[in-house]
Amino acid sequence: MGRVVLVTGISRDIGRRFARAAAGDPSIDRVIGVDVVPPRGDIGDVSFVRADIRNPVIAKVIAKEDVDTVVHMSVIATPGSAGGRGTMKELNVIGSMQLLAACQKSTTVERLVVKSTTTVYGSSPRDPAMFTEDMGPKRLPSSGYAKDVAEIEGYVRGFARRRPDVDVTTIRAANVVGPHVSSPLTNYFRLPVVPRVLGFDPRLQFLHEDDLLRVLRHAAITGIPGTFNVAGDGLMTLSQAVRRLGRPSVALPSFAVGRLGATMRQARISDFSPEQLGFLTYGRGVDTTRMRSELGFEPRFTTAEAFADFCRELVPAGAPQPEGAGRA
Amino acid sequence: MPEEARNGTEDAVVIPIGTGGRPGRGSGSARPSSAARNLAPSGRKPAKPAKPAKAAKPTEAAKASTPASPPKATRAKASAEQPHTDPVDEAAPSAPSAHPSTGIPVGDWLSALQGAAHEVFGDDWERRLAELMAFVRRRLEGDYEVDDYGFDRELTERFFMAALRPIAEKWFRLEVRGLENIPAEGGALVVSNHSGTVPLDGLMTMLTVHDHAGRFLRPLGADLVFRLPVVSSLARKGGATLACIEDAERMLSGGDLVGVWPEGFKGIGKPFSERYKLQRFGRGGFVSAALRTGVPIVPLSVVGAEEIYPLVGNVPSLARLLGVPYIPITPFFPWLGPLGMVPLPSKWILEFGEPIRTDAYDAAEAEDPMLVFNVTDQVRETIQHTLFDLLRERDGVFS
Repeated sequence: MGRVVLVTGISRDIGRRFARAAAGDPSIDRVIGVDVVPPRGDIGDVSFVRADIRNPVIAKVIAKEDVDTVVHMSVIATPGSAGGRGTMKELNVIGSMQLLAACQKSTTVERLVVKSTTTVYGSSPRDPAMFTEDMGPKRLPSSGYAKDVAEIEGYVRGFARRRPDVDVTTIRAANVVGPHVSSPLTNYFRLPVVPRVLGFDPRLQFLHEDDLLRVLRHAAITGIPGTFNVAGDGLMTLSQAVRRLGRPSVALPSFAVGRLGATMRQARISDFSPEQLGFLTYGRGVDTTRMRSELGFEPRFTTAEAFADFCRELVPAGAPQPEGAGRA
Repeated sequence: MPEEARNGTEDAVVIPIGTGGRPGRGSGSARPSSAARNLAPSGRKPAKPAKPAKAAKPTEAAKASTPASPPKATRAKASAEQPHTDPVDEAAPSAPSAHPSTGIPVGDWLSALQGAAHEVFGDDWERRLAELMAFVRRRLEGDYEVDDYGFDRELTERFFMAALRPIAEKWFRLEVRGLENIPAEGGALVVSNHSGTVPLDGLMTMLTVHDHAGRFLRPLGADLVFRLPVVSSLARKGGATLACIEDAERMLSGGDLVGVWPEGFKGIGKPFSERYKLQRFGRGGFVSAALRTGVPIVPLSVVGAEEIYPLVGNVPSLARLLGVPYIPITPFFPWLGPLGMVPLPSKWILEFGEPIRTDAYDAAEAEDPMLVFNVTDQVRETIQHTLFDLLRERDGVFS
């Protein structure tokens, strides 16, 4: 008898693709996707249940379908897609709380996989070069996505304490890039002219979208409990990334980048939050030793390869490229 | 006409150029000939300006082949002095000597460039130049690697080190002793005194270790370094990382040669009157990192760095306002402006002392504060005594 997996946040591309991939896995019997809005693309064998994780209906879904593995992916990073910061926070924090409450009541749930992010470590000049899973941020985030994720992780730890029989895996994924990813960072790199913070060259670490899907599936199947940083090998600096991208960049003082970001945010061009400004100033690196030794996962793409794959999508192969042609 | 065209394409250099844009052949008279005036475009009759166009073409061709040709106006004047009759004459091989006005032939330019390249890059200048071009291309395309700490090895070797070398050799005349005490491989912790208002001693130590021991010294910097624009990105690219236990242990267990200056800002920002008096060595965090990773501690004493910027004053209120530890006042800064920022050319001596081994201790003993304090004191005393010995030995500050 295979497993029954419940995936939250299926309306978004990455959730939908994970659900489809999981449905194709032989060790998984059934995949149930949950979200408030139906998924936009093809979901294959995944059965979709329209439910809001912010209310107790989700407990009924878990009980009725005999779900034994819950993959929580509906933590959203941008207020724009949710329709405002208030809604975003409600979806993220209240949704997670309801889901965890439902899991705690359930007698069938054996595993919980939470997709978190390395944003919880923050970015500051006092950061160590590489964060391990035991370290926390130097300064607790005061708002936004980072705060949501920190709160969700707190609730998840509480759940793990109350239900020690459930294997809880928290995947702290580095910035996900890939041809299909639309995140604040990928939108930033899609800007025609990339603004940089003058005098700072942050270190960046990327995870390819395929590797994110693989690691979530790996966690759902193996059920190894713990918190794991997941990122591609190696690091890049922002200046290096921009040069590889082949886009022009402009270095502005920190306050000007912040102001520009706020303007772009208001104009809905790009979601340029204060914590992203910190990230683009000081950067971040995470240690992935535990990902290999305990989780037993090996990403296919290094940081540089993941970024190269993202660049390929940005520069259409057939398009005339005066610069690229000259260089090739 | 065909002759002129031929000359224009084959040896463009010897064509007399520059008629000052006036129609005619630059025959010398201030007034163009009547024929030229007829050909020149006029408001009344928009005739085809055949002549000016032709005059302009060789100019461009000549400019392209002689990149640093003298200004056009002077040449126009010079060519005006000697009216020429036939362009074929100009194409003769003896033309340069016969007509000094025609500029330097392309061959001379090439040989001059070759000589310059030879001068700058040495005997195998072609290969070196190609390497340089490849380096520039890699930099522009982002085709280089950085390590986990953001260390850009290529940039450090080719740029930072090359820029620091003349300062170390010609300005501070570094004398290095005890190089055999730097382990050839494996992790080690170099502990040095800190002085000189601006942490030049750290840069000089990095250069010394790189040039004489063939290893990269990875400095640990205060968090201020990583808060400042420009400085932070240069520091990371040069191999520095934050002075915290996590990074120190990560680097040491990774087999890197790590440099620390435990006096920190107390050391480099101390007044000139307290020179060569070691300040407190932090909380001994560097010792516990070495104990935990079992790497040797190499004490380093630097003499000469104290005198580069004699710190005689400080503006604490402004420093607090700017969030920096001190605003230096030296006998020359800020009075002489940028000139006051030139360090005094003191003679430097760097002595690496005998390594203090820590592998005899248990990793658990790093938790013993008494042991940590004892080892810290041992390192501090070693550096202080070496400093006194070196000071006694040296003849003068600048000799």
